[in-house]
Parts: sequence; structure tokens; C-alpha cells
Amino acid sequence: MQTAIDVQNLSFSFGSGTLVQPVLKEITISIQQGEIVLITGPSGSGKTTFLTIIGGLRQAFTGSVVVLGQQFIQSSEQVRVKVRQQIGFIFQQHNLLKSLTALQNVSMTLEMNNQLSEQQRQERAIAMLTAVGLGDRIHYKPDQLSGGQRQRVSIARALVGQPKIVLADEPTASLDKQSGYEAVSILKKLAKESQTTILLVTHDYRISDVADRILELEDGMIRNI
Amino acid sequence: MNYTNWLYFPMRLAWRQLIFDRTKLMVAICGVLFACVLVFMQLGFRDALYASATSAPVKLDGDLFLMHKQSEAMWRPIEFKRSELMRALGNPAVADVFPLYLGLAPFKNIETKVKRTLMVYGFDPDSTSFRIEAINNKREALKLKDTVLFDEYSRPEFGPIGQLIAANQNWTEIKDYKVAIIGLFRMGVSFAADGNVVTSDLNFMRIFPKRSLDNIDVGIIKLTPGSSQTSVKGELEKLLDESINIFTYQELLQFEKNYWANMAPIGFIFGFGTIMGWVVGLVIVYQILFTDIANHRNEFATLKAMGYSHGYFIRVVFASALLLAIFGFIPGLMLSLGLYHLAESQIFMPMPMTIAKATSVLMLILSMCFIAGLIAIRKLRDADPADMF
Repeated sequence: MQTAIDVQNLSFSFGSGTLVQPVLKEITISIQQGEIVLITGPSGSGKTTFLTIIGGLRQAFTGSVVVLGQQFIQSSEQVRVKVRQQIGFIFQQHNLLKSLTALQNVSMTLEMNNQLSEQQRQERAIAMLTAVGLGDRIHYKPDQLSGGQRQRVSIARALVGQPKIVLADEPTASLDKQSGYEAVSILKKLAKESQTTILLVTHDYRISDVADRILELEDGMIRNI
Repeated sequence: MNYTNWLYFPMRLAWRQLIFDRTKLMVAICGVLFACVLVFMQLGFRDALYASATSAPVKLDGDLFLMHKQSEAMWRPIEFKRSELMRALGNPAVADVFPLYLGLAPFKNIETKVKRTLMVYGFDPDSTSFRIEAINNKREALKLKDTVLFDEYSRPEFGPIGQLIAANQNWTEIKDYKVAIIGLFRMGVSFAADGNVVTSDLNFMRIFPKRSLDNIDVGIIKLTPGSSQTSVKGELEKLLDESINIFTYQELLQFEKNYWANMAPIGFIFGFGTIMGWVVGLVIVYQILFTDIANHRNEFATLKAMGYSHGYFIRVVFASALLLAIFGFIPGLMLSLGLYHLAESQIFMPMPMTIAKATSVLMLILSMCFIAGLIAIRKLRDADPADMF
């Protein structure tokens, strides 16, 4: 099995000078391709910061962060943009473009791929929306969909590009138990089919049974459970 | 890299975002339209001013023209000695010379008795000083005492002269001197004069009793066929007094145009108005693009997290600016066409919509939207994907 994410001695702090606020301390962790890892921990433990560094959204300076074979420490924006195109993001809020339909939103992921024709983009986006159970709502705009449906559109958007890694931050936070569990089950099912690595930050213990491994962050340090 | 998609996808996103909020789109288009109409009107008035400023000199029939060097423009001439004009006859290439007398005078409306100032031209009725058929046909009639011709393009405030002539009510007063209007001609009004009257040099002296035939305002020189205007001009410059300006026909038109463009504040005012219209449009488009970026901040940050580059969003913003420019320009052009027509029919100023004018306004609007976009893209930096989690 291949290593998707390899983190060695990662430290990260906000602020500078006397106001330095350490957030992550000497984190070392390795995640295999196809693994589903849940990260939990109290507020302020550094979960989200960790996720943004893995996702190449935040620049870290000490330690080593290798994602899909690319070193993120002291990396250029271009390198991180390239890697980000192979990562699917699912946010706490659905963050769909409200002026676009579900189909157009999902297609946005595919528009970065110049190898596809417009026809192929449409077909793949429709197939993915059907897979998350929204085949009959592809032309709806976000404000015509329920909270659970919107989150399923954003799952479709994250997965349609066949990413190697999916990063999700509290994907069930704004959903009720039923739709939250449904959303995560769909995510797990689709990810397992395509050997996608999933890193999931959550407070929600109702969904912990989908995970292969659960990590707990506390005060910027990892505790395996 | 696929260049069609490079431009097409950001443009499509810009289009979809614009049409999503119809109300805001209408407001944005109205902003561009407003700037567009403002610039069109300013340029239209300016060009009409230039066209009307030369409405009299363009009708003069001659090869070279003499004016006093102290004359700012033809409508406010400084007199010079007729003998200077006569000396030009010493050059063998000069076939004929004719004096022209100009004066502003109040003209009494025959019906309302209200007096309004117009320009009176006195010319030698033995000459063809004007390229106007209607004047040249009436040269013999103008030799009679107290007869004038009236410009039917004068402002309507002078009265329906044509109808009055037909009804034999053609007597009025110019500068309290009684004259008969014996015919009409077409010349055109300018910012200097609301109307024009042409008469013989002798009748001119009757209307302006303080003027003398020996002091003229403009000298018209006709050359023998085949002689060069520029070389004769050079010879005359040596021959005549240094206080005299010698113009060719084109130079005279340019001289008149330059006066309104530079000397008179009017050229400046319209230039300033054009710039202000441009700036107002710039601010409106900037505001719209700026709030648009601010409203889509989260969406842009999300796309950035997904792997879209900064350049993509710059293209989205410029595509929005371009779309606004085009959708504002088209109705702006239509509305301006209507307003030009209205201006021509209501205030009797020539306001043609030329391809050149439409193109230059389009360029102004495009540059306006481009610069607005350039200022607005700084706001894109606020879209930081790290804040999205």
C-alpha cells in the first residue's frame, strides 16, 4: 500500500515574537492510500489548522509534510495548487456557488481538467449526482435544496474529479442525525470503491463507525485511540 | 493548455453570476449606460460646437483670407485698413480682392418685437464672397437700399421670417435701422450668433453708421487659376503689413476651430464633462465589481481551495467588466441616438452619430471598465481558502 500523506515533526504556530501561539507540536503521522481517518479533539486543539496544512491551503515552515509525493514545507503556491487539484474538499458549510445549479457546481471541479470534453464533464457530473441520490435534482440551485441535499452536492463536487485524497471539516455539523449519517455513508461507500484516502475532522461521534482509524488531537499533539 | 477554455470558463462563470441577480445586473448596466450617454452627449455637443463655429467661414468663397493678427476669431474681429487688402492686388497672381464687414446687432422679431442679437455680414454685391447659391442669386437685389437676406437656419426666436416674407410683412429693424428682408439663405448658427443676416457693404454701413468702408474685418482674395496658394501666401506676407494674418481656406477653418477648442472655455468644459462622465462610470463599475467580489468571497475561496489559480479569478472579474461594458454600451448607443435626434430637432445643432464617435466612446467605456476591474481585483486577495475551514 502507498503512503498518501506523510507528516514528520510538523510544528506550526500563529503570531510572531512574544505573541507566538503554538498550535501544532511535533506531529508525526502517516496515512495510507484508501484509509479513512477521523480526527477528533476539543475546540482549539489544532484540528482545522492541521487539515489546512495537509490541504496545501496554509504554508508551514518546520518539519516535513509530503502529500501525494510533494513536499509542502517551503513550497511554492504553484506546487500546492497542482496538488490541491487532486484533493477533494468538503466544508462545514456546503460552500456551493449559489448562482450555479447542482450540475454546474459539480462540473466546476471538472473544468480544471482540459482533457475532458464538455460532453464528458456533463456525463460524469450527472453520474456522480445520481450516485449521491440527486439524479432528479441536477438543475436545482442551492437555495432550492435542503441542507442534506446541499451537503450531498458538495460531496459529489469533491469526489467527481476522482481525487486521491478527500479532506472534510465537520461535514455533518449543519445536518440532522439522519441526513448527516447518510452523507457520510455515501462518502465512505464512494471512497472505498475508488481507493480514496479520507481525512475527516469531526466532533460528531455518531459517525465514528465509518473510520478505519481515529486520531485525537489535544493541545497540538496526537493521541491514538 | 486549452486557450478557448482558458477564457471561456471564467467568462461563463462571470455571466452566470451576473444573470443570477437580475436587479443588481440592471443597476450595473444602468451605471454603464449613464456614463455612456453622458460621454456621448458631451462629445456630441463638442463636435456640434466645432461644426457650428465654422458654419460661416466654411461658406466663404476665396483662396486666401486676411484678418487682423489681434482678431481672436471671425465673430469678434479687429478692423484693419482696406488699403492693406488693396495692396495684395500688387501680386500678379491675385485676381481679385473683396472686403467683408461683420457686426453683431440686435434684430427685432417682427411679431413679438423682442430684440435678439445676430451676426450681420456686409459684402461687395459685385463679388461672389459666399458659396451660397441663394445669396449669389440675390446680388442685384441687395444693391437696393435697405435690403437684407435672412438665414433660415437661425434660431426660431427671430420669428417665422419665411412666412412673413410670403405675407409681405418683411420689414423689421436691425440696430434700430429699418430694413426689408427680401429673401432667405442657409448658413447655420454658431455659439457666437443665434442668427445671420447678409447684406451689401453699403447697406451694412447704413445699419452701422459708425463704421467706415475703409476699415474692414475680413479680406477675401481670389487667385488666378493655376497659382499656388502657399507661394502667394508667402509673397503676400512680405508685401503686407505685419499686423495682418494670411490664411488659406483650411487654415481659416482650423483657426476658428482652435479658438473654440482652446481659447474659449467651452472646448475645455466639454472635455472636462467627458472626463467626469468617464470617472463617474468608473466609480460605479468599480463599486459593482468590488461588492460582487466581496459577495462571492467565500465562493472564490472555495474554488481556490479546489485548485483554481488566482489568474482564473482575475479573468472572471475582467470578464464581468467586459460584459457590463458591452451590455451598457448597446442601450447607451441607442439612447444617445435618440437624444442626438432630439437635440438636432430642438436646438438646431448638427449632431451626427458617426462610426468614429461610436468607436471612440466604446473604447472609452472599455477602458473605463478595464481600469475599474484593475482596481477591483485587489479585493480578490481577501478570498483566502485557509479561512474556509
